[in-house]
Amino acid sequence: MNDAVETVVRVRGLRTQFGTHVVHDGLDLDLNRGEILGVVGGSGTGKSVLLRAIVGLDAVRAGTIDVLGNRIGTLSGPDRRALEQRWGVMFQDGALFSSLTVRENVEVPLRAVPGLTDAQRRGLAELKIGMAGLPWKANDDMPADLSGGMRKRAGLARALALDPEILFLDEPTAGLDPIGAAAFDRLIVTLRDALNLSVFLVTHDLDTLHACCDRVAVLAERRVLTTGTMAQMLDVDHPWVHEYFHGPRARAVTAKD
Amino acid sequence: MDDDRFPVRWPGSGPDGYGKGDQHDCRPATFRRRVRVMRPTQHLGVEAGDDRVILSGDLVVWTLHRLNAKDDARIDLSALVRLDTAGAWELARRRAAGADLTGLSARHADLLAAVTAALPRAEAPKPAVPTWRRVLQATGRLVTGAGLYLLQLAEYLGRMLAALARTIRHPTRFPLTALVHHAQETGLRAVPIVAVMSFLIGVVLAFQGSEQLRQFGAEVFVVDLIAISILRELGILLTAIVVAGRTASALTASIGSMKMRQEIDAMRTLGLDPDRVLILPRILALVVMLPILGLISAVAGLLGGAVMSWVELGISPAVFLARLADISVTHAVVGLGKAPIFALIIGVIGCHAGMQVGKDAESLGRMTSSAVVSAIFAVIIADAAFSIFFAQVGL
Repeated sequence: MNDAVETVVRVRGLRTQFGTHVVHDGLDLDLNRGEILGVVGGSGTGKSVLLRAIVGLDAVRAGTIDVLGNRIGTLSGPDRRALEQRWGVMFQDGALFSSLTVRENVEVPLRAVPGLTDAQRRGLAELKIGMAGLPWKANDDMPADLSGGMRKRAGLARALALDPEILFLDEPTAGLDPIGAAAFDRLIVTLRDALNLSVFLVTHDLDTLHACCDRVAVLAERRVLTTGTMAQMLDVDHPWVHEYFHGPRARAVTAKD
Repeated sequence: MDDDRFPVRWPGSGPDGYGKGDQHDCRPATFRRRVRVMRPTQHLGVEAGDDRVILSGDLVVWTLHRLNAKDDARIDLSALVRLDTAGAWELARRRAAGADLTGLSARHADLLAAVTAALPRAEAPKPAVPTWRRVLQATGRLVTGAGLYLLQLAEYLGRMLAALARTIRHPTRFPLTALVHHAQETGLRAVPIVAVMSFLIGVVLAFQGSEQLRQFGAEVFVVDLIAISILRELGILLTAIVVAGRTASALTASIGSMKMRQEIDAMRTLGLDPDRVLILPRILALVVMLPILGLISAVAGLLGGAVMSWVELGISPAVFLARLADISVTHAVVGLGKAPIFALIIGVIGCHAGMQVGKDAESLGRMTSSAVVSAIFAVIIADAAFSIFFAQVGL
């Protein structure tokens, strides 16, 4: 056992742009194994774009992205599929397949596993749905029948189906009531502890940052402005960061601690 | 960190992986490549001891199938390196079935406890319904569903008429711009396809009719054949079918996507009446444009018939026109008289289907195709009803 920190996601000099609109320029970011990294930033600073670039959904103009030692954008098809089985992505609204039930949605990644019986696949899907905090009767529901929070949980269950090493979460608590959001925060920490997940968490939610995140990365001015623990964030001398972590909402969160 | 318990043995990711530049891997190249591109090289050792099964290596979702299917009484896990939730789930299942787990490391025990706590409690399934009841239920649902559908169509027709009455009382609120827009969309843009289609139908009728009539030396009656069938039936029916395909789907898609994005709810909260703003101009545009399209279709059909008669039978346009003048105008009136009713049917079915769209995109696609099928079917039924009606009243 060594204490050296292993970096599972390494972004260097990233530049993304849509037409003439530059979203990121010279962005560096690291995600270490076993940590929960919260990515915050104002609207339109490209938090979701960064997530999409890391998982290879958006093409980048310049810079490199390495995930688990694999350079995104250079992988052959089979290598890419092998890598995809090592991460799980939860999209903002769950992005469930609307023609499948919740259980069938979670079974989709499990179908890639050879030798798994139908009963095992079903049982594992039900376990993941239960771990994501959904009631038993949600198994057979269609995504259209679920509320927004339940869709997020189902999306999380699908992202967790193959026990990934890295979990990408896009605004997991947005649109949830405070009790549901707090439960979701606890769920993420529990899963991280149980599965040694590395979590890349895009969020707006200060409560989530406080409850879950080991480190916070602030996106502003097209790059990662600063990273550090929540305590370190309070001392950052940048107007937006200061406003974000010292605003009335932030004070309410810190006062609770 | 923690490399002992979470060995990173993925392709190309570590010193012990079988990845890029690995010189110690002496297996055949094909096998090496297969492993490299597939999944991590994860191994589960299953060893039968005297009174127990000893598991070693990785008990993860990829190696789950290596476990014995039968439940072993005692499972020794002290040599287990990696365990994931799938493995823990299997162990929890076996423990619940009476297996004795020994040698769990603290970390694996934690995971096992977490998974055991999260195991879903299956709720008792509902008692099975006997087959005869299921069949009866399904039939009953179908029948009431069909009845309800007709009722709802009547409701939408009523809503459209009520909206029309309201706008007649307050003419300033009449959605004229929308009406013109939809008249252009459903009418003007359909002219080319309707004209070409009818022209070709006229050609086909003339060609086939002349073949038959020539046997009796009655070629000149091909004009009557073409004129009556195009003016009375085919021109308007085929136009209505084309418009049902084009416009009913467009109506459902446009209203349905607004419904899906809650735009219609937003309209209601802003005091806008969806019946007046959405449904009225669309159906009204159809009612105005379908007779015009029918007329264009009739003219194009006659033109096609005249051209073919001239080419095939040598009936000159002058003779064609002279014979045409002898055909009663009733046929054209009967044909065009059906157009507004067909338009109402298409419009009401399209708008109703759009309003039935739920929150998911799948229902939008389903309702769009069902709107087209229903509209075409309803138009043909209505045409048959008209035939009987006109025969009864002697037109």
